[in-house]
Amino acid sequence: MHRFANPARFLKIANAVLPWVAGLSVVCFAAGLYLGLIASPPDYQQGDTVRIMYIHVPAAWMSMFTYSTMAVAAAAALVWKHPLAEVYAKAAAPLGAGFTALCLLTGSLWGAPMWGTWWVWDARLTSVLVLFFLYLGYMALVDAFDDPARGNKAGNILLLVGAVNVPIIKFSVEWWNTLHQPASVFRLGGPTIAASMLWPLLLLAVAFQSYFFAVVILRIRAGLAARRVQTLRLGQAG
Amino acid sequence: MLRLILRDLRLVLRQGSDATAALMFFVLCVVLFPFGVGPEPNVLTRIAPGVLLIAALLAALLSMERLFQGDFEDGSLELLLLSPLPAEGVAVAKVAAHWLVTGVPLMLVAPLLALLLRMPVDQLGLLVGTLALVTPLLSLIGAVGAALTLGARRSGVLLPLLVLPLYIPVLIFAAAGLDAGLSGLSPRPHLLLLGGMLCGALVLAPLAIAAALRAAHE
Repeated sequence: MHRFANPARFLKIANAVLPWVAGLSVVCFAAGLYLGLIASPPDYQQGDTVRIMYIHVPAAWMSMFTYSTMAVAAAAALVWKHPLAEVYAKAAAPLGAGFTALCLLTGSLWGAPMWGTWWVWDARLTSVLVLFFLYLGYMALVDAFDDPARGNKAGNILLLVGAVNVPIIKFSVEWWNTLHQPASVFRLGGPTIAASMLWPLLLLAVAFQSYFFAVVILRIRAGLAARRVQTLRLGQAG
Repeated sequence: MLRLILRDLRLVLRQGSDATAALMFFVLCVVLFPFGVGPEPNVLTRIAPGVLLIAALLAALLSMERLFQGDFEDGSLELLLLSPLPAEGVAVAKVAAHWLVTGVPLMLVAPLLALLLRMPVDQLGLLVGTLALVTPLLSLIGAVGAALTLGARRSGVLLPLLVLPLYIPVLIFAAAGLDAGLSGLSPRPHLLLLGGMLCGALVLAPLAIAAALRAAHE
């Protein structure tokens, strides 16, 4: 990991990877959306509304993935003062907030026809809402200091404190009796979801993931450039 | 550490303003509700636990901003961090003092207010017990936010944004416990969960507070 702490080396690798993940994202989005929205069968109970799942579930996975990696990056930044970790956490935060908002929004749209309500205060929904607020709080905190280093450090501590929420989200459907269904893909004994639905779901999960990597690389590049600009400016002023 | 707690207590006794302001806020906040929703006894009994808990939460938040701010501005916080006492010890002492001056009075006033909201008398013990678990949790979690926002530009607005989402689990289980008591069920599981959260926060929050305090002084 420390090999990539050098921003120049990281950028060389990232620039080489970028077109591939961007391409993979486009291909998987096209294939996954076609399979999911047109070619896959409607659910025997839910009819066509089940297609919301192909967006909702990958967005939910990504919201958790993004927060977990941000928390790991925050730990790396605090423990080893890894210079890229902070840039990563800062670059990933708006994406994670976006995924969480998408997850809440599609979930609400799916809940309206299926559960007969836009929103219920059950454990899964509430904990995801808290996750959304954690993202917003992190972004507000990082921006609130005149000294960016101090903002990053405070943000990192907040990320670690908020990491308590991640296992709560994951297991909320098992610990409490919720209206939200329990996990049906990542479970002991294999997925309980039909193969014709699992494939487009996995394709779209890959699409979301590679989209995330492509945008995060772009944002890290922008973050590093901004830092350089600031150092140059300071050098000129002094 | 004890000396630090005593110092904070003495400061509060001599100035007095912050702690009494938080307490007055708590009382007024609760008193407003009967005017807002109407004085029907059934409605008031039903909403009493929620009203008391939310008012307590906001009162804790109100006094939280000043927790480290004064010491940060006049430099005594820096001296405390330089002292042989570890930063975690400073954090525990500050939180303990905050709880003693805001949490404990709040706990003592709450039963009176609960009577105003027509809570049955036999539930008052449960209310005080729940608050005894809730108020230290509020102080611990809030102090993390207060330490993180030290020296921030909009710390007054930022603090609630950071801390309120973290208060949600506390509110959920405390309200569930009180509601269970009101409807004749056992509040024990909810109180046990709250106790577990308190144990966890007692260990983890001082670490986070200390890290945030050190970050504020780099």
